[in-house]
Amino acid sequence: MTAVAEPAMPIANEPSVAPAPAVEEGDAAKPKDVLIILYSGELEKTWAAMILASTSAAMGVKTRVFVTFWGFQTFVKDSKRITGENWMQKMLSFMQRPGISHRKLSKMNFLGMGPWMMGSLAKKYGTASPKELLAMAQELGVEFLPCQMTMDLFGISKDDLIEGMSEPVGAASVIALMTEGAAPLFI
Amino acid sequence: MPLEIAQTVDAKGLSCPMPIVKTAQAVKLMVSGQLLEVLATDAGSTKDFAAWCKTTGNELVESSVEGGVYRFVLRRK
Repeated sequence: MTAVAEPAMPIANEPSVAPAPAVEEGDAAKPKDVLIILYSGELEKTWAAMILASTSAAMGVKTRVFVTFWGFQTFVKDSKRITGENWMQKMLSFMQRPGISHRKLSKMNFLGMGPWMMGSLAKKYGTASPKELLAMAQELGVEFLPCQMTMDLFGISKDDLIEGMSEPVGAASVIALMTEGAAPLFI
Repeated sequence: MPLEIAQTVDAKGLSCPMPIVKTAQAVKLMVSGQLLEVLATDAGSTKDFAAWCKTTGNELVESSVEGGVYRFVLRRK
């Protein structure tokens, strides 16, 4: 009796087994998180980070950008000219003008001629600017996490930052995300 | 029988990653099963749309190119 009952089991299960490929597909399609650590502030690296962040979010991947050190001034409002509380912090912001529209190239900057040419080429070839990509990324739900330590070091307040930034965090939060399986990218 | 397209994204003249980003934005506003048509001129888009569909689980129903314009029909999952 048992010998007959046993093979009957898989047969009875068959209808529920049938949609299995769809479940497998769903599993394969479940991407892990992406974590971009944006450390640099140059135009080309900012651009790369914004392209990857917006694309990652567009692919349905939970995406976070940890904004730290030289990457920080990128997320200060374009309209801010000087940030900081003391003369050293003010000097730092004077030498690296805040705002995503004021990034310099690491080479061939030529007092702004390089970035201007890059911008013109980008327009000609339908490439979105870092600022446009940032707006897209925010719309698609990318979280931008400011580094608390950098904020303190540069004397930047929350009011200096663009709209939609997340609460400031520290390195431990970043490491925790990595240990939880987020694919990390240091730019 | 021609497919019933619910919406079209015209990404002609836009380069990476805008065709994908605009597609993701459009798909978010659609309901499951609806078809989205995407037109693009970015030469990388054939591979990019296949990758996007594979990762997001949306279905690539059609993929063609004519006169330098790539056309994709995607079904919202």
